[in-house]
Amino acid sequence: MTEEKKEKPDLLSRRKFIRNTGYTVGGLAVGGVLGSILPLGTAKKHKEETAQNFNRALMYFTPEQFRIVEAATERIYPKDEHGPGAKELGVAFFIDHQLAGDWGFNSREYMQAPFFKGEKVQGFQGRLKRRDIFDIALRELNNHSQSVYKKDFVDLKGDEKDSILKDFEEDKVNITTISPSGFFNMLRSSTLEGVYSDPLYGGNKNMDGWKMRNYPGSQMAYASVIEKDFKKIKPQSLQNHMGK
Amino acid sequence: MARKLPKVDVVLVGVGWTGGIIAAELTKKGLKVVGLERGKERKTEDYYMVHDELRYALRYDLMQDLSKETITFRGNENIRALPMRQYGSFLLGDGLGGSGVHWNGQTYRFLPYDFEIHSKTIEKYGKNKIPAEMSLQDWGITYDELEPYYDQFEKTAGISGEENPLGGKRSDKYPTPPMKMSPPMKMFEKAAKKLNLHPYMMPSANLSESYKNPDGIQRSACQYCGYCERFGCEYGAKADPVVTVIPVALKSGNFEIRTHSNVRRILKQGNKVTGVMYVDTTTGEEIEQPADIVVMTSYVFNNIRLLLMSDVGRPYDPKTGKGVIGKNYAYQVMKGNAVGFFKDKEFNTFAGAGSLGILFDDYNGDNFDHSKLNFIHGGGISLTQTGYRPIQNNPVPKGTPMWGKEFKKQSLKYANSVLTVAAQGSSMPFKHHFLDLDPTYKDAFGDPLIRITFDFEEQDRQLAVFLANKCADVVKEMGADHIDSLKELGPYDITTYQSTHNTGGVIMGSDPSTSAVNNYLQMHDYDNLFVVGASAFAHNSGYNPTGTVGALAYRAAEGILKYHDKGGQVG
Repeated sequence: MTEEKKEKPDLLSRRKFIRNTGYTVGGLAVGGVLGSILPLGTAKKHKEETAQNFNRALMYFTPEQFRIVEAATERIYPKDEHGPGAKELGVAFFIDHQLAGDWGFNSREYMQAPFFKGEKVQGFQGRLKRRDIFDIALRELNNHSQSVYKKDFVDLKGDEKDSILKDFEEDKVNITTISPSGFFNMLRSSTLEGVYSDPLYGGNKNMDGWKMRNYPGSQMAYASVIEKDFKKIKPQSLQNHMGK
Repeated sequence: MARKLPKVDVVLVGVGWTGGIIAAELTKKGLKVVGLERGKERKTEDYYMVHDELRYALRYDLMQDLSKETITFRGNENIRALPMRQYGSFLLGDGLGGSGVHWNGQTYRFLPYDFEIHSKTIEKYGKNKIPAEMSLQDWGITYDELEPYYDQFEKTAGISGEENPLGGKRSDKYPTPPMKMSPPMKMFEKAAKKLNLHPYMMPSANLSESYKNPDGIQRSACQYCGYCERFGCEYGAKADPVVTVIPVALKSGNFEIRTHSNVRRILKQGNKVTGVMYVDTTTGEEIEQPADIVVMTSYVFNNIRLLLMSDVGRPYDPKTGKGVIGKNYAYQVMKGNAVGFFKDKEFNTFAGAGSLGILFDDYNGDNFDHSKLNFIHGGGISLTQTGYRPIQNNPVPKGTPMWGKEFKKQSLKYANSVLTVAAQGSSMPFKHHFLDLDPTYKDAFGDPLIRITFDFEEQDRQLAVFLANKCADVVKEMGADHIDSLKELGPYDITTYQSTHNTGGVIMGSDPSTSAVNNYLQMHDYDNLFVVGASAFAHNSGYNPTGTVGALAYRAAEGILKYHDKGGQVG
């Protein structure tokens, strides 16, 4: 947290943006978001983060499931010389929080019967929700680890974890209720989501996911850099738009 | 029994680009118009927190809720169609403004060749050039006839661009100058010119400068924030129906929008339609809205689904080739591209705009000789800089592991060092590509879903690889250290995003036995029913469709006014 305070970015808030760039049409601030944001809050100083991050608790996983997800996602996106891996970035918290909501319940997807196994090009045709698939797959990750190495997944060495994950990726595990590769792909894509989504969702801690690839996050405008060569820009998150 | 409301002049089913344009044009002339929109209200203020890739691009915040309604799909008639349970190949818009809110804004005109594709192909290459299964047709309108309406749409939206050196003749220049040019676009331009091609700036609805349109609507310039496609515009700089045509219609005092109003049936009596039946989804109440004129202005799929469910028009039968509703469903061939990896260069690709790009049409339409090629038409080849957002853009050179230490290393190395040149391949119609009602799967009301029967053909496979090779030539000339390009198209796969450019099903034409609507998009069989949108396309071209959809909507508005005055078939 002290690190975060030190590198407090020069906030280009919306209000400041409007002031600095005179982003207007015919002298009037244009309507829409810009117009609506003007009255929001006075220019208070950026509040310092509290030391405790209340987001770091579980909405769905059991502690055991959480540890498996933490261990597995860290193999997908490991800590290295470029910076933190999935574990440090909070990816397992991100996935936990996502499973607790719409995404975990597949609530905006068509889940009506009848269910038939289709062609690959017809896409997912299962009846299970993502949270059910995670429950089954995490149990099976442990089962498979036990049958190959006589250990739980979290207790395996790095390359052993990789070989278990690879068996899932390549459908070399026999599971009747879910597709092992389907689960692996979901785990991989949700890992990347946790690494690179806005920190408001619980991953991408400290915007370190963005920093590793020099992604500037949420900026108001690039009109002044679009014609220029690559330029590193200090990232900022959606929280910068809360007018505090 | 449905509650019956007083009759209005015109009822619109859906309020996106086509509904908005028609509402604006008719209400200006004093007609009373009701727009039924099944989604919610949308406005620029909604996009305060829009720079959120997860919410909008991965969780589809602006898209239709598939739990209530989706489509079913099969590659051919021997396969059981299954529902598209999750998004993939295309994204269905929802709410006021429809897909016009989440689009990129790439706003083209089709080529003169497109509208007379059947005649021109035979004229130049002979009858045998068209495979027996390809149901190629002229559109019943020429480019020159449609040109004034293109011009009108471009002026309403404020399209920023420069003349396409290989395009149709223009009556006027674009209303605003082209967008800014980024270094990668300059590389593309230089490479294309070196290859003797004809690059030009992509026509853009993102607005290069502040602009006041002929309706008096003023909008401000694009800020290149990099969040366009799948997002709404926080500045109102991207032209969408909510910031252009809808306010014009509302200002007239003659337009009423009813959101949360889901139309379930078109009502008819004899050879006239009499109105629509819809459900107020906030109360569940069934309501009948009688109207002198009914205009279908929803997305392709729902235009056709409502016609079929209401027993309006002659359903297409792929066995006999007879009937027209559901005929000539077409899509696009989007996978012909080449990805260039640059070892020692970085670009500001995090910045961009939905229609920031540059392209050439040397391999589009019939701008090149097809006599020794096994396909017709072609595609535009472009480099776009639409904002390289980090969740969805992690390309690594082919052969790199897709996860783990090496994946992380390579994806970070190339995070700002990849440029893609991509083709937007056209899609020809085939007798066995069509839309009908699914016999099994239902929506939330218990009504049948629309069923897509579609796959890629030899025409598409040839076209995709041809275009991919042309893309690779450009990427090579741009100096990429490593190039990955498409080698084989494979079957149509509904799970990976390609384009929301679905077309056909209520196609236009001069012959009622082979088309559903005339060149004012008036139904041949029902004088007071107009079906507007890309559903009218007899095939799909190698461009984004919205420019042509907008032009056809203006044309349809004129047709509706003609019908309102005189009655009968106006085309």
